[in-house]
Amino acid sequence: MARTLFDKIWDAHRVSTPKSDEASGEDLIAIDRVFLHERTGSVALESLMASGREPIDPTRVFCTMDHIVSTDEGRGRNDARTPGGEVFITATRAAAQKTGINLIDVDSADQGIVHVISPELGIAQPGLTLVCPDSHTCSQGALGAAAWGIGSTDAEHAMATGTLRLKRPPQMRIRVNGTLADGITAKDLILHIIGTLGADGAKRCAVEFCGEAVEALGVEARLTLCNMAVEFAAFTAIIAPDETTFDYLEGRRFAPKADDWDAALAYWRTLISDADATFDFEHVFDAKEIGHMITWGTSPGQAGRLDGTADASDYMGLKAGEVIEGLPIGGAFIGSCTNARISDLRAAAKILRGRKVADGVTAICVPGSMAVRRDAEAEGIDQIFRDAGFEWGEAGCAFCFYAGGRTFAPGTRVVSSTNRNFEGRQGPNVRTHLASPAVVAASAVAGKIAAPGNPSP
Amino acid sequence: MNRPFTTHTGVAAPLRGDNIDTDQIIPSREMKTVSKTGLSGGLFAGQRYTTGRTPNPDFVLNQPDYANATILIGGRNFGCGSSREHAVWALKEYGIRAVIAPSFGEIFHGNLISNGLLPIQLASTVIDQLPREVTIDLTAQTISGQRFEIDASAKRRLVEGLDAIAETLQSRVEIEEFLERDRIARPWVYERVKGCFT
Ligand code: SF4
Repeated sequence: MARTLFDKIWDAHRVSTPKSDEASGEDLIAIDRVFLHERTGSVALESLMASGREPIDPTRVFCTMDHIVSTDEGRGRNDARTPGGEVFITATRAAAQKTGINLIDVDSADQGIVHVISPELGIAQPGLTLVCPDSHTCSQGALGAAAWGIGSTDAEHAMATGTLRLKRPPQMRIRVNGTLADGITAKDLILHIIGTLGADGAKRCAVEFCGEAVEALGVEARLTLCNMAVEFAAFTAIIAPDETTFDYLEGRRFAPKADDWDAALAYWRTLISDADATFDFEHVFDAKEIGHMITWGTSPGQAGRLDGTADASDYMGLKAGEVIEGLPIGGAFIGSCTNARISDLRAAAKILRGRKVADGVTAICVPGSMAVRRDAEAEGIDQIFRDAGFEWGEAGCAFCFYAGGRTFAPGTRVVSSTNRNFEGRQGPNVRTHLASPAVVAASAVAGKIAAPGNPSP
Repeated sequence: MNRPFTTHTGVAAPLRGDNIDTDQIIPSREMKTVSKTGLSGGLFAGQRYTTGRTPNPDFVLNQPDYANATILIGGRNFGCGSSREHAVWALKEYGIRAVIAPSFGEIFHGNLISNGLLPIQLASTVIDQLPREVTIDLTAQTISGQRFEIDASAKRRLVEGLDAIAETLQSRVEIEEFLERDRIARPWVYERVKGCFT
């Protein structure tokens, strides 16, 4: 029987079909890696311990501190950016030490946003099952892993039993033909796809991205593409691993070594959808048609071309037919698991070099990991950001979501490289427009929503 | 153990709009403790209160007709967004037993079942005809006489109030056997990396 890439990973992890559930087709699936963070992982670890259970294999459980840690330069190891948040940090640290899982603490050189550091350290690999109580775990499918977001109770389940029970999700293939135009990024591509299919367009499917335009993307851009799959209701996203993936992984700390590498590589090369595999849904896009994209509303599906018009949105302060380009902004944020890797920072720095952020714009850049921050500093990118008038932070989720504490003033229009434009996501009444790092940088300089080609006011 | 779900009669409060995300169900700033309780005060905090903790009379759960609601009705893609299980814990603590919507956010849907709350998926045309007070019979899969579909395993777990972890641990032997085979097939997955996280 012809199988998809996702089927192959699923079948390789099927422990059994529990008898009582045969009728519903629920499988017991082995979970190779569990990743936690201090916001939702703490409660999973605490609850696990309270029930007197232990992780079945703590060496395959990882935990980082990213969501509510301070991202101010010179932060202390218990500093939270959100009032009262310290307890999440200290409780997670204590629970991680007690259970013996791998902890990437606030002051670790490896610290960063879970979906940034997992690939960076080679923890996410092709063919693995990887879960995390975080909805953007789908990002990690970019390496050819089956990686999906779960709740805290399921995280507990995965840790205690090394498995999860679930039904195989339906599958969708999204093929992107052709080549993206110069300066058009994976962020524009995914916003275009979500804008076209709608916020529930992926119908709970495991979505395989493929086609010429996807193959041409580097791993970092693929991570951006898969990151936003949950924003159109996908179960997860996956991209077939190829030479780009293998080159990226080789030599990373947790990547297979020596003989293991050869064995892994041989297996990874089998991880492609068979030519005659069938999907429940198929969509085809043409990369040539995609321009700079931005959201105008409060759902990621409310996205359109930057040079287009918005529909009416009270929250966003927009009338039907209003032109998006040129809307004055008060904030710019480059960060998050969507777009805070080194390639994202380079793209923004290219625009910011020798320029200044417009008056009245609060501009902030928070690298996705301490490794990204170090790389950027080695290249002098931090200086370009600072000289332009951007704040430069230590790694974490930062302004991607509001958890109390400092944020943009109510009513501020913010162009953001993040993934969610929900009402209040970045703070009470903050108006978030999602876009690529280049569009954020160009808009920061222009003081209004602008395309990277013409950033001067 | 969850509270088993067999039948339930209660008031169903309708929330307007599609794509109500878990940030709206419980804003992040309301998640103040490392526990599953003490969350119901923060439920829908953004809409439920005006300034401070003054109830907003426009919000459905503050209206006399729906003050005792134990069932929620949502729009399409209800519970999308963040995976935070706090959204479900807050609903549960508030006293909600079932949530009805044309479609659900995937993780939220799983979290409801994990915590013994019943998700009912119905077409909006059917939802629109539900009375204010509805009777749910999970065993018969009916809501006020209307049939609904639910996954067999989810149903069994809800009816029995089962702890899924305890249930899965009964497959321990099969899990061990799988791991034994898999360690040979994919040794790199189990390789312990030393000297990490400096
Ligand atoms: S950066 Fe934002 S979306 Fe990503 S994990 Fe952190 S809070 Fe979630």
